[in-house]
Amino acid sequence: MTNPNETFLSNKTILEVKHLKKYYPIRKGFFKRVTGYVRAVDDVSFHIKEGETLGLVGESGCGKTTTARCILRAIDPTAGQILFRDRNGQQVDLAALSNAELRPLRSEMQMIFQDPFGSLNPRMNLFDIVGEPLLVIGGMRNRQERMDRVAELLRLVGLPPAYMQRYPHAFSGGQRQRIVIARALALNPRLVVADEPVSALDVSVQAQVLNLMMRLQQELHLTYLFVAHDLSVVKHFCDRVTVMYVGKIVETAPTQELFYFPKHPYTAALMSAVPVPDPSIRSALATLEGDVPSPANPPSGCYFHPRCPHAVDICSQEAPTLEEITPGHFVSCHRAHELKLVGIGGQAERSEFARKHTEAERNNPE
Amino acid sequence: MDDQQKPILSVRNLRTYFFLDEGTVKAVDGVSFDVYPGQVVGIVGESGCGKSVTIKSLLGIVEKPGRIVEGEIWFQASATQTDGAAPVRDGAVDLARLDPRGREMRAIRGAEIALIPQEPMAAFSPVHTIGDQIMEVILLHENVAKEEAWQMAVERLKEVGVPSPAERMNAYSWELSGGLRQRAMIAMALACTPRLLIADEPTTAIDVTTQAQVINLLRDLQHQHNMAIIFITHDLGVIAQVADYVVVMYLGRVMESGPVMDIFHNPQHPYTRALLRSIPSITAPSHTLLPTIEGSIPHPFNRPPGCPFHPRCTEFMPGICDQALPELKQVTPTQSASCFLHEKETKIDEPTG
Repeated sequence: MTNPNETFLSNKTILEVKHLKKYYPIRKGFFKRVTGYVRAVDDVSFHIKEGETLGLVGESGCGKTTTARCILRAIDPTAGQILFRDRNGQQVDLAALSNAELRPLRSEMQMIFQDPFGSLNPRMNLFDIVGEPLLVIGGMRNRQERMDRVAELLRLVGLPPAYMQRYPHAFSGGQRQRIVIARALALNPRLVVADEPVSALDVSVQAQVLNLMMRLQQELHLTYLFVAHDLSVVKHFCDRVTVMYVGKIVETAPTQELFYFPKHPYTAALMSAVPVPDPSIRSALATLEGDVPSPANPPSGCYFHPRCPHAVDICSQEAPTLEEITPGHFVSCHRAHELKLVGIGGQAERSEFARKHTEAERNNPE
Repeated sequence: MDDQQKPILSVRNLRTYFFLDEGTVKAVDGVSFDVYPGQVVGIVGESGCGKSVTIKSLLGIVEKPGRIVEGEIWFQASATQTDGAAPVRDGAVDLARLDPRGREMRAIRGAEIALIPQEPMAAFSPVHTIGDQIMEVILLHENVAKEEAWQMAVERLKEVGVPSPAERMNAYSWELSGGLRQRAMIAMALACTPRLLIADEPTTAIDVTTQAQVINLLRDLQHQHNMAIIFITHDLGVIAQVADYVVVMYLGRVMESGPVMDIFHNPQHPYTRALLRSIPSITAPSHTLLPTIEGSIPHPFNRPPGCPFHPRCTEFMPGICDQALPELKQVTPTQSASCFLHEKETKIDEPTG
């Protein structure tokens, strides 16, 4: 938990994103004039250290997937730098590279997709799916060599290599997600961007895939950027967490600190909205009024102020900047220093209390 | 809840099968549960466990190759609705015997039993205003004039917390945000003050902050109207927060049922225990390996013989669990479970069919 403060690129930082922006123009009228922009990602900065898992959290439409895709250059960012340290220790700005220049770097960063039903071609068998990156990027022409590597990968993710000739339809959701993971690992990547890897899976299977990803991280020294909306999963899985709201980062902190001592009212609101799987602590869930604003027409000042229970005058006038208030804990809120917010600590305590309470009740009835 | 009351809905041994060319899918295979007035019954289960088909059976909207092959669905309809064609017992009518397209079923569906579907985006028509769609329900079931229906619809929208409801009546579903759309959907379900509300994963497609709004709203409405609610979800967190009574399903069968406190704090079935262990709780320590349920949910054509959970069960007893199907039996004063572990303990010697 004691994170040495690193805002500059140390040797250990694998990725640093600086002032990343992705704007989509809104065109109207006969001449398709640009009348405004959807600020999907608006000045986002963060870094990931080697071997770390950074969680990117937020509600739908907050720009977390767009951020993840910009990093892989699946879409081109409007502005900003994506500094990536490659295998040789060279630091390259992914945002400035051409497609041809990106090609040799592709093997170092891979993606795990959300929907294992949509991301596997139903007409390709496992050998073709997992072997494709080996052929296309890895240049592995020899079929037998590829077979061996695919078999190795399938064993790695816990699937029998004998399934190599089967097609995706023969597999369940959890098994398909294992195939997606095997494909992502084919080229020995160093950075894996996982976009909601377990949200389409059933609870009993979710745990299997999370365990697999944790094991692979240790075995292969992977760095994860973990995009998710399920806070329980993020809390379980990530070392540090970045919270986004309407295209901007509102808070970044080590996981424990973020969950127990949130400094931004939005983070605190997210925590309290999570239904706790314990019927003995049933209380009205704290809710935010209203809806997430549109990134095409965000409110003035701090984007969160219309829904914020702690908003004061300055919040509607001036946009706060991301500020480091304790080492490693970044917050973008005017009142971060004065507010005392409750994280999940309250819930955990109550839950513990409630459990003891009910046990005592059960032991001595009446 | 008050145990002296008669259940508003009593499902007995319901079986809904789908007859496909490839074989028969037993989507719901012997499900029984009761719903009392003012009670929230949560049905939990993973995909393919038959929770959606169960409620489709209740509403008589099972799609074609599927039909109810066995079982009874006793529903306490208001007395005026039944005209003698269907079997009646203690004022309850057996929905499984009604013609799904008949007049009686149509009078019950939407008015007495209402549904909040999973995807409000897909459930609303994009070419009609939400006002028209809510009014349509009212005009169909209530004997009122158009102006009155309009007033009632506005009233409903106001009740579920839609700001400036009269203006929203003219809005199309795609003009509303996710939260408002779900509220409008709830308003439509409540249009005729149903006695039983069925919510099919009403919070799955929406964000946590919106989900919290919807959960609070449903709780409030339930208290106000003393409605019975069947709440279907795969999210145990949501169940813990809203349900009074929980039915845990797996592969078309009820594994365990009981009051929410007992299910969470004293689960009796190995599946319930495994399910509760495998959810990453926000209050649990991080970075530990999660206990998992081995294997995956079997394909519907490939149902294991005996207890459907036995290939994944840690307490599997060879020669027993893979041979016969355990029946749902009372195992504690409040809970029922279908598991041979309990039969062994309590030494019930019954021939199992």
